[in-house]
Amino acid sequence: MAQNRARPLSPHLTIWKWGANMAASIMHRVTGTGLATVGVLVLTWWLVAAASGQKSYDYFLGWAAHPLGRFVLIGLSWAFFQHLGSGLRHFVLDVGAGYELNTNRFWARATFVFGVVMTAALWGYLLFVKG
Amino acid sequence: MGTGTGLGRVRGLGSAKHGGAHWVLHRMTAVGNLLLLPWLLISLVRLPTYDYTTVTTWLAQPMAAVPMMLLVISVFWHFRIGLQVVIEDYVHEEGTKFASLTALTFYTLGAAAFALFAIAKIALTGTPN
Ligand code: HEM
Ligand code: HEM
Repeated sequence: MAQNRARPLSPHLTIWKWGANMAASIMHRVTGTGLATVGVLVLTWWLVAAASGQKSYDYFLGWAAHPLGRFVLIGLSWAFFQHLGSGLRHFVLDVGAGYELNTNRFWARATFVFGVVMTAALWGYLLFVKG
Repeated sequence: MGTGTGLGRVRGLGSAKHGGAHWVLHRMTAVGNLLLLPWLLISLVRLPTYDYTTVTTWLAQPMAAVPMMLLVISVFWHFRIGLQVVIEDYVHEEGTKFASLTALTFYTLGAAAFALFAIAKIALTGTPN
């Protein structure tokens, strides 16, 4: 349907007081979009490189070990854990539970703690324990 | 859009009645992702190294190649629905919206085809050395 330009839009992002629930909702969208674009391209590149032989796979590995590649991989793993955390929260909200204000805020905050802790645990293990 | 009766003015402006099915499929693929992505992560963490031979030998096994194919289907389907929602929220002009959704579909199916072909090739031809 063509949009009626005269219809007022809500000021949306600009006037609301920030809260953990709003941040979690926005981060779910941001991380989902990031995973679907950057994440999917990296996953596909990895698979195609592995199917194309030693040379193209080593080229991929070179980038994965490069500081820039590391930064992207760590970012992607954080986006994944953050999206997983807020996705689980979504399942609860979708069945109509968890809307009481303190509960809602608690679990919104918990998704951020989960995202950061899991990312740190994964890379701490990969880089320092496994070596 | 008609200009006559009240009914004529609103006909065809309702929902396409597919929203509910999309919503449920989005959750179903989210559950698929929730099973398959931790599987991939744990499998990768458990590999001794990430060199070519180790990775392709691992991925050539049926118990790795098949879940990996399912993962590609679940994840790609999930993000195809998700990005459609994002596009519909922000792109209102009909022509641009149609172009965006077409590009999204091509991107999803194109990348999925490459990913699935790559897994199949590794699984069916084995490691070259
Ligand atoms: C989960 C997080 C978000 C949700 C649920 C959400 C939802 C929405 C909805 C429902 C609309 C109204 C669409 C319409 O007019 O029909 C909208 C508009 C908009 N959103 Fe978001 N949004 C989110 C995150 C963001 C983020 C991260 C940004 C930018 C950084 C953003 C920027 C905008 C803008 C600029 C509009 C106005 C588009 C227009 O002209 O209608 N949103 N959003
Ligand atoms: C850990 C497994 C995952 C779970 C549990 C999960 C869960 C969810 C849920 C419940 C939604 C619906 C949110 C809503 O309706 O507002 C969603 C949206 C989305 N997901 Fe996932 N997801 C997972 C993995 C992924 C992955 C790997 C990708 C990308 C490759 C992805 C991309 C998206 C996108 C683009 C959206 C739409 C975001 C939006 O509309 O704001 N998800 N996810």
